[in-house]
Amino acid sequence: MTSHRMQHVVPGLAIFVLASIVTWLSFTQQPAEAFLFPRVISVVFIILAAWNLIRAVTGMSKVGRGIPVDTLKNLAPGLAVMLLYVFFGAKHLGFYLGSTLAFFAIYSFYDPASWSSVKDWIKRIFVTAAFMAVIYALFAVVLQVHTPRGILF
Amino acid sequence: MEFLNYFGGVFEPWAFMLLLGGTIGGLILGATPGLSPTMAVALLIPFTFHMSATHGLVLLGAAYTSTVAGGAVSAILLKIPGAPANIATALDGNEMAKRGEGARALHMSFLSSGVGGVIGILLLIFLTPVLAQWVLKIQTPHVFWIAILGVTVIGSLDSKSFVKGLLSGCIGLWLSTIGYDEIQGTERFIFADALSGGIGIIPALIGLFAIPQVLDMMAKGRVDALVEALEVPKQKLTASLRELTRYVRALSIGTVVGSIIGLIPGVGGQIAGLVAYDQSRKLSPQREKFGTGHPEGVVAAESANNAMVGPSLVPLLTLSIPGSPTAAVLLGGLLIKEIFPGSDIFDNHPEVVWTFINSMLVGQVLMVIFGIMIAGWAARIARAPAPIMAAGVLVLAVFGSYSVGQSVGDVHIMLALGIGMFILEKFGFSAAPLVLGLILGPIAGDNFTQGMTLAAAQDGPWVYFFTGTLNIFLISLVIASIAYSFWNNMLAGGKTPAAEPAGREAK
Repeated sequence: MTSHRMQHVVPGLAIFVLASIVTWLSFTQQPAEAFLFPRVISVVFIILAAWNLIRAVTGMSKVGRGIPVDTLKNLAPGLAVMLLYVFFGAKHLGFYLGSTLAFFAIYSFYDPASWSSVKDWIKRIFVTAAFMAVIYALFAVVLQVHTPRGILF
Repeated sequence: MEFLNYFGGVFEPWAFMLLLGGTIGGLILGATPGLSPTMAVALLIPFTFHMSATHGLVLLGAAYTSTVAGGAVSAILLKIPGAPANIATALDGNEMAKRGEGARALHMSFLSSGVGGVIGILLLIFLTPVLAQWVLKIQTPHVFWIAILGVTVIGSLDSKSFVKGLLSGCIGLWLSTIGYDEIQGTERFIFADALSGGIGIIPALIGLFAIPQVLDMMAKGRVDALVEALEVPKQKLTASLRELTRYVRALSIGTVVGSIIGLIPGVGGQIAGLVAYDQSRKLSPQREKFGTGHPEGVVAAESANNAMVGPSLVPLLTLSIPGSPTAAVLLGGLLIKEIFPGSDIFDNHPEVVWTFINSMLVGQVLMVIFGIMIAGWAARIARAPAPIMAAGVLVLAVFGSYSVGQSVGDVHIMLALGIGMFILEKFGFSAAPLVLGLILGPIAGDNFTQGMTLAAAQDGPWVYFFTGTLNIFLISLVIASIAYSFWNNMLAGGKTPAAEPAGREAK
């Protein structure tokens, strides 16, 4: 099996498993009336998921490049910051502090400018501070959204 | 001519300020590669919470109109379409800019966008009330089939693989069933506490449209992706206006094609621009010039993608079925203001709806004026470095999805859906059918459940859902949309390259 075909089989299989779980739950959960519409959807869902999986296994699924290893390597740090930010930082550090750190981390990591230049670091700090000031003005002052405060703000 | 009574609302100071801000901001956002109109409108929705329904919709309508037109700026000056709707514009527009005719291309682009857009909005004004009257005849099973039709049409037409398109629609429909079923008073598919309230439309829209774009920017790594914008030498507007009259054929083709495609649920501007470009080329005596910097190409593509905007709201306002993915986001904006599309929308909320539509008409004029004025430097502003945009959009997405219900759970749902959609897109799935499934799912579900109850008291589900002229007509359309896409996939099967990139959804 070629790597391109394998790239399509894995998500195809994942979607088929999801469709199977949805179908199983739709037909086993009670009351039946509440699951009438989900049952109709799940039947179509599992048929299409099976069709998609068969196309992937037989190499007929050609749309989409998949996710190359280089892309994954590029994504990994940003994705890690994203997950830490949303599932930990925003709630425990506070929305504004968590957002400031996430913005600064992502901007700094993906910024093609030099990591050894003090001038570039000052620019990154300035851009982060300016952006977060705008966000604070918009959400805290104008829209008055009350965000989790965490350990700081 | 009822709409004339509500023109005053557009020129109220606050409404006009929002219209102006939405237009200028939308032009800049539209010109920014990587920020699609759909994402821009989705990110704006949280800002409308504290506004009145009219003001919120004025802002969203202005952003919708101008982001589509603004995408032409980067298509022409950077050869990077600001949105998929501007792909066809880049073909000739950038060649013109390379020859030093950037201003001419931008003038043609904004003027034809304006003409197409105004005609599109006039169609919206005159068609919607007529269709709204017709909607009165629609009953429960018909609404069910219309919702299913919305999902199958976009699932079939918006994806390169019709199996994956329909599968996306199906996933969206399933996601819409998660949460508490109010009719039966029971929980469905609640795997985590965050899902107990179901999946909110706004966090879902932000996640599905914004997060994949953030991840796409990150996926490129630490590269300096800045592209030099071409210089825009000055050109007299009167000369451009005179020139536009020479391209009436391309303008007409673009406007007609855009209007028709806008009326088809879920199809969107990308297809409108490309179809209009192709038809204009076929019917032009100078067809060999297309692709070499011919203004007709720009005129056809831009008039089509803006003519699509108005008609895309016709099925939205009458049937709750959006004519484009961005219109789907607008539907979310309507629903959070408790404005429910349907036959009585013009009776219940005439001031809101007519002011909104009128503002889009005025917005077309403002878009032309400001588009021509700021296009040159909008392209420079739009060249904000990708790392800043990625980080900024992520933070905005988190704040936007949180502010809907002040719930961290919504933020988790937003991110989970966004990461899932990014992965799915890499394998040829598209966000648009999924979003349509999510939005139309409750409409289909409620009408299905009600229909089954009524059918049990009458002649049974078969008679209730599968007989009657309108039922059969709608079922035929559902089958036809699937069959058409299946046929197209069969024809394209042998020609599809092994590693064709996944198409971003039409926006």
